[in-house]
Amino acid sequence: MQRWPVLLFLAWACFLFFSGIGLFTSGFLLMRIELTNRSSCSDPLAAPAWAGQGVTSRACWMPQRVPKAVLLIIDALTFEFARFDPAKARPRPYENKLGFLHQLAGSQPRHARLYRFRADPPTTTMQRIKGITTGSLPTFIDVGSNFASYAIEEDNLLGQLVENGRRVVFMGDDTWDGLFPQKFFRSYFFPSFNVKDLHTVDDGILQHLYTTVDGGEWDLLIAHFLGVDHCGHKHGPDHPEMAKKLTQMNEMLRSLVDHLANDTLLVVAGDHGMTETGDHGGDSEKEVNAALFVYSKTPLFGAHLPEEPETIPQVNLVPTLALLLGVPIPYSNIGEVMAELFSGDGGTALAAFSQLSAYRINAGQVDRFLHSYSLAAQDLPAERLRYLRELFSAALEEHDRLLAQVREGLPASPEQEARLGRLVVRFQHYLREARAVCMESWARFHPLRMVAGCALIAASCLLCCVASELAAALDFSYRSRLLYPLLWGLAVAAVLGLAHLLTREGLDLILVVSWSAATSQLAFFWHSWGRRPRRAHLAGVQPPVANVGLWQRLRAWQGLVLPMGILFIRCCAMFSDSFVVAEARVAPFLLASLAVLLVGKLHWHGRLTAPEAPKQSPGAAFYQKESWQLLCLLAVLLACLRLSGLFHQCREEIPHCQPSPFLAPLSSLQSAQAKNLFYLLCVASLAGLVYAVRCWLQHYGNLNSASPLVLFVRWAFPLLAVWIACYWAVTSGAEDTLGKLQELVQVALVGFPQAVYGLASLGLLLVLWTPVTVFVKDSRESVGPIVTPYQGAPSSQADLQHVIPQIYRRMQESLKTQLDRGHRRATVAAYGLGSVYSAALVIVLTLLGLLLLTLHSERMSLAFLLLFLEGFVLLQIHAWVVSLAGDAEPFVVPWYAVTAWVFAATQFFYSTGHQPIFPAIHWHAAFVGFQEGHSTHLLPAVLVGANTFASHILFAVGCPLLLLWPFVCEVPNSQRRKLKKELREELQEKEEQPIMEMRLRESPERFSAALLQLGLKYLFVLGVQLLACVLAAMVLRRHLMVWKVFAPKFLFEALGFMVSSICLLLGIFLVMRVDCAVSAWFEQLQPR
Amino acid sequence: MKDTEIKRLLSANVVSVLSIILTTTVPPLFLENFSVLGTHLIWLCICSICVTTVNIILYIILKPNPSSKRISFAHKVTRFLKCCVFFFISCILFHGIIVLYGAPLIESVLETFLFAVLLSTFTTLHCLCMLGPNIQAWIRVFSKNGAMSIWDNSLQITTMCSIVGAWFGAFPIPLDWDRPWQIWPISCSLGATFGYVAGLIIAPLWIYWNRKQLTYKSR
Ligand SMILES: [Zn+2]
Ligand SMILES: [Zn+2]
Repeated sequence: MQRWPVLLFLAWACFLFFSGIGLFTSGFLLMRIELTNRSSCSDPLAAPAWAGQGVTSRACWMPQRVPKAVLLIIDALTFEFARFDPAKARPRPYENKLGFLHQLAGSQPRHARLYRFRADPPTTTMQRIKGITTGSLPTFIDVGSNFASYAIEEDNLLGQLVENGRRVVFMGDDTWDGLFPQKFFRSYFFPSFNVKDLHTVDDGILQHLYTTVDGGEWDLLIAHFLGVDHCGHKHGPDHPEMAKKLTQMNEMLRSLVDHLANDTLLVVAGDHGMTETGDHGGDSEKEVNAALFVYSKTPLFGAHLPEEPETIPQVNLVPTLALLLGVPIPYSNIGEVMAELFSGDGGTALAAFSQLSAYRINAGQVDRFLHSYSLAAQDLPAERLRYLRELFSAALEEHDRLLAQVREGLPASPEQEARLGRLVVRFQHYLREARAVCMESWARFHPLRMVAGCALIAASCLLCCVASELAAALDFSYRSRLLYPLLWGLAVAAVLGLAHLLTREGLDLILVVSWSAATSQLAFFWHSWGRRPRRAHLAGVQPPVANVGLWQRLRAWQGLVLPMGILFIRCCAMFSDSFVVAEARVAPFLLASLAVLLVGKLHWHGRLTAPEAPKQSPGAAFYQKESWQLLCLLAVLLACLRLSGLFHQCREEIPHCQPSPFLAPLSSLQSAQAKNLFYLLCVASLAGLVYAVRCWLQHYGNLNSASPLVLFVRWAFPLLAVWIACYWAVTSGAEDTLGKLQELVQVALVGFPQAVYGLASLGLLLVLWTPVTVFVKDSRESVGPIVTPYQGAPSSQADLQHVIPQIYRRMQESLKTQLDRGHRRATVAAYGLGSVYSAALVIVLTLLGLLLLTLHSERMSLAFLLLFLEGFVLLQIHAWVVSLAGDAEPFVVPWYAVTAWVFAATQFFYSTGHQPIFPAIHWHAAFVGFQEGHSTHLLPAVLVGANTFASHILFAVGCPLLLLWPFVCEVPNSQRRKLKKELREELQEKEEQPIMEMRLRESPERFSAALLQLGLKYLFVLGVQLLACVLAAMVLRRHLMVWKVFAPKFLFEALGFMVSSICLLLGIFLVMRVDCAVSAWFEQLQPR
Repeated sequence: MKDTEIKRLLSANVVSVLSIILTTTVPPLFLENFSVLGTHLIWLCICSICVTTVNIILYIILKPNPSSKRISFAHKVTRFLKCCVFFFISCILFHGIIVLYGAPLIESVLETFLFAVLLSTFTTLHCLCMLGPNIQAWIRVFSKNGAMSIWDNSLQITTMCSIVGAWFGAFPIPLDWDRPWQIWPISCSLGATFGYVAGLIIAPLWIYWNRKQLTYKSR
């Protein structure tokens, strides 16, 4: 058996796909070049002075208007939270709780104002902090780095303040520490990572807030409260906890205002909003709609009072605060000043002049930024830039003219006021246009890379398809199909690397990898093509043979129509945003159709009917008993598919969607009775899962030996289940009711999951160490050597391979004689040898299942039970179909089985409560067993990834079962036959012993080829879906829904592909490890 | 003989097609506000009833599978009752399968059930007319070499076309076009109807084109 070549070939195929994904991603995901330029006071951007302008001490670009400011960020403060509607009779928990803001705005309209604060997506906290401090737009790819906060390199508000000698004091969310290291005069950081913790950050801030404010050692005080956001994540906005939290914020604001000095500006802002489920990250209306509240004890605003709160883009805060505080606007800002705050106490004309100078500085800064940016990167369209330039210079000239008139002392006439107003509008227009240009062009793609990435993925699919066809023939030469391509690829990589070294250019790793992947692919195709003509030539000598071959090939392709047709429909569905949105229902629909059509096809070909119909009823056909069983299995499968829909998560595009109640943790249930009931149900499903696996192993005799692995299965599985149940019990209990036990609970919350992780990892290691679960009963005393044709020990591996089946047969025989006839002849009996491969896989799958189930919320255990049931039913149907179809080649896993398996993986991605959108990621998985948070970023990423791709992992690791299961299910068939014909053909029956999976060992070459073929087919089906996704993202990149639907779908599909392919390799590796171990086991048996 | 049979089949199918066309054109004359999309449930009922009656009448007139034995009246009655039971069971079964395929379980039960009735009319009723309440015969007919007459072939084709039509009818439902016919189960029932009509038209043509290859085993 060739083990390493098979694994290497599969790994190479995966690498080809990965390089394609990498290349496409580098061309598709948005990029923006970060300029390192910084603004400074000496820049010639200061507005020309004008009459009536008071001179203040600190003048930098513009005179300082506000000496001190307090910036309160209440995380996830949606506009709905801040709004106060006295008319509302029965406010919801989150409504009308910030009454103080309303009171201020109502009683002092010139001092306080509430705005809608429009966040740019992605609405994750870190991106928003970046936006609020740099005034620039984040790019799409930053979303993923939420775990890792990196220091902000671009010019930003804090940097400007520090450079100009101001003291910035911070308290709250420790994300800021990572973003602005060493920038704060004084800081109080509190851990932000644990989203379940509502109070640590807020209480910590409240402890220091008032004393710091009173102490006065600050110029800008930033406080970032996290409680509201965490409460949203934990309970959702519509929860009494939220009311408590918002009331607390209200009280905090009330007492803070008491402590504020007269000249201090107070800014209360939400960094983003939240959805109805309390999540955020996307660009839905509820997520981007935050609140902004501005207040000062000295009048800020003009007399004009707007009816409805204005909408302010989030980046606008940066230039506003910078100019108010008298520091330069950060270099890369593209926001627009909030002009109202610059109006001052004077008349309208005076206010307009003041506003105009702010606008002028702002526009000058944006113009300078655009100029430098267009020099650094050519992605801003030159035409639009020219247009913007014209707008800017026209506005500038007009402003100069106006200022000159003012200097000449012209009285402010109504005509002049109108001109002032028009000029303000012109500046506004320029700034908004500039922002629009930036937003558009930062959605910039590299079409060439995208096309090349698509081509690479498509070629990899083709390679998988061709190689899987070739692998069926046993003359698959790894030398020409693996070694040479790999060498070619390495050579190209080496040459490119050298070239880069010589030219001393920056090494673009993705390009090198892609070139080498493409070359190795070409080499593969070239070597495969080189072999073809000879065959065709040979066939040409004998035309009839060729014809038959063609006909047979066509007939073989007939079997492909069904799975490939369904796969094609699924791929087409990727191109429609509605279908991507509805995929949770599309995948089970297609899987059901595939299964039904499969059984229908069997029926159509008469495989389900008994071969000999009773004579008395002509024109009638009867089903065999197995056929009814098959139909029952089909019904169970359909039921599984339908039931799995109970666990779906919602996405905002689906109207009137209610997320599955099972997704919420048990602790969120109000009624104790329901909680207990569900808890029992979850524990029952857990126990059922473990019990079913044990039963299966018991049935195939894999639970008898005393090997460590079997002992582990016997004792550790129930123990794992008990620990998980205990963990659920602890988490689902209400947090405050326990009182003194609190500390114990904290220990249990960490201890139980970590114990589960530890024990499960131990089990996985055990499987790798001793995967053989065969029980040998050796009671030989007076029997001769087992192997008759051989004398002595085998001399070579080939001998051994010939011998092994013989040993097995002999064992079976002796076992049978012992059992059947009751003779007490001494024998060697091996139990569980026939299912030794599957047993190891099943054990691993169960362990993984238990692990992954721990990462989900309690009631998802039902979904996992369903997953295992559906997997079992699919395998069982597959085995029945193979045995009923009769003519199938046993070592070839048909396409329909692979396709169904992949569809089931997709289906359970949705049925474990996931959706391919960022807000739907279950972040809480990172805290299972790590209540205190993490010191590294790798572990939480792994935990969240495992949670998200749980079904991908399970189905990919279980993929080799598709090959093994028909062999395992051989037994009942033969037994049945035996019962029927026992008397007639006893002799023949001995020949037909069910040797199950040992049939695979009989022909190791075909076994390894079958594994290779299975792996390639699985990669092909996954790869075709990925290709469809990639093409959809590329073709529809200007689609309205691209950032909402297609890009996240692409990212999830690509990640899912990576996880699946790696797990597939692991699964196949496991089978090979078992094969090694079985060989060793036989060798050990031999000398005796 | 074969040609006359094909002609009989063709005329029977044309009558069926006409009856379906009539169900959309005639009721507006009697009922106010009637439209296939607007008052879909009524149309479902009318269509089911109409197709049922037309099929039974055609069966009585044409007698495609004449039985050699003479059957007593009591036997006929039990046979009829059996047929009714079968039809009802098939409605329930179709309902179950549709729900398993993803139709809502509790909301719009009536719509789903009427759709199941429509599907049963297009498929089960035909079988009952042709083959009687005899599961074994059904199993035989719906296999590759099971057709024993052109009527069986026609049955195969119309049944499959109806079901495939219903299946394809589910495809437009998730699209966000906001059309009235995307509401459950309109697109599916329309798909089934179009499939049925297509099957009725295709069947005689297909049999005509393949009349050389079609050889039937004798009973
Ligand atoms: Zn936030
Ligand atoms: Zn959050």
